[in-house]
Amino acid sequence: MSISHFGAVLLFSLFTSVVFGITQRAEPRMMVRFGAFCFALFAGGTVAASWVMWLIKH
Amino acid sequence: MVTKVNYPLTAGDKALTEDSPARVSPTLALLAGWLVPGAGHLLLGKWVRAGLLMVSILGMFAIGIALQGKVYTPNTGEPLDMLGFAGDLGSGLLYGLARLLGWGQAPVLVAVADYGTKFIVVAGLLNIVAAVDAHSLASGRKRS
Repeated sequence: MSISHFGAVLLFSLFTSVVFGITQRAEPRMMVRFGAFCFALFAGGTVAASWVMWLIKH
Repeated sequence: MVTKVNYPLTAGDKALTEDSPARVSPTLALLAGWLVPGAGHLLLGKWVRAGLLMVSILGMFAIGIALQGKVYTPNTGEPLDMLGFAGDLGSGLLYGLARLLGWGQAPVLVAVADYGTKFIVVAGLLNIVAAVDAHSLASGRKRS
């Protein structure tokens, strides 16, 4: 199996956010909100860290 | 004949008698959830959550294996390997299956294989989180 680095980030963020959403909140609506929040943090954080590394290199 | 019990009920006792409609022992929910991803929630009648947890954890584990990630073994002497082993062990029967079938034993040579190793470890850690959540639901510590 071959996967791009960004694809790996998205899959990791998706699966982890689903588990965090279900386990860290009690109400279904809050689960969805927290899951979406985690996904945004995971994916956004990775993109932000990538830009920081690019800036350091250049 | 009904006997009256004269000792204070623990949170687990109360859950077994009142709060939990499925009336599953918290220990059983924890063990089932650890051995098979999502099984703890399944026992508690939380079908949708069980399905989502199962798909997520199995998916992460399967992708990790497909990316040729490493499955850690015990007693390598390396501290980081021992931590990886502890994480992998969280997958329960999946870890046993991987060891039995020889998955993840090839040396890691490419970057995505290293991602695969992390996917496998994190799948195990997430499974532990899910199993503890099933325990909390069964004991009444978590409302719903």
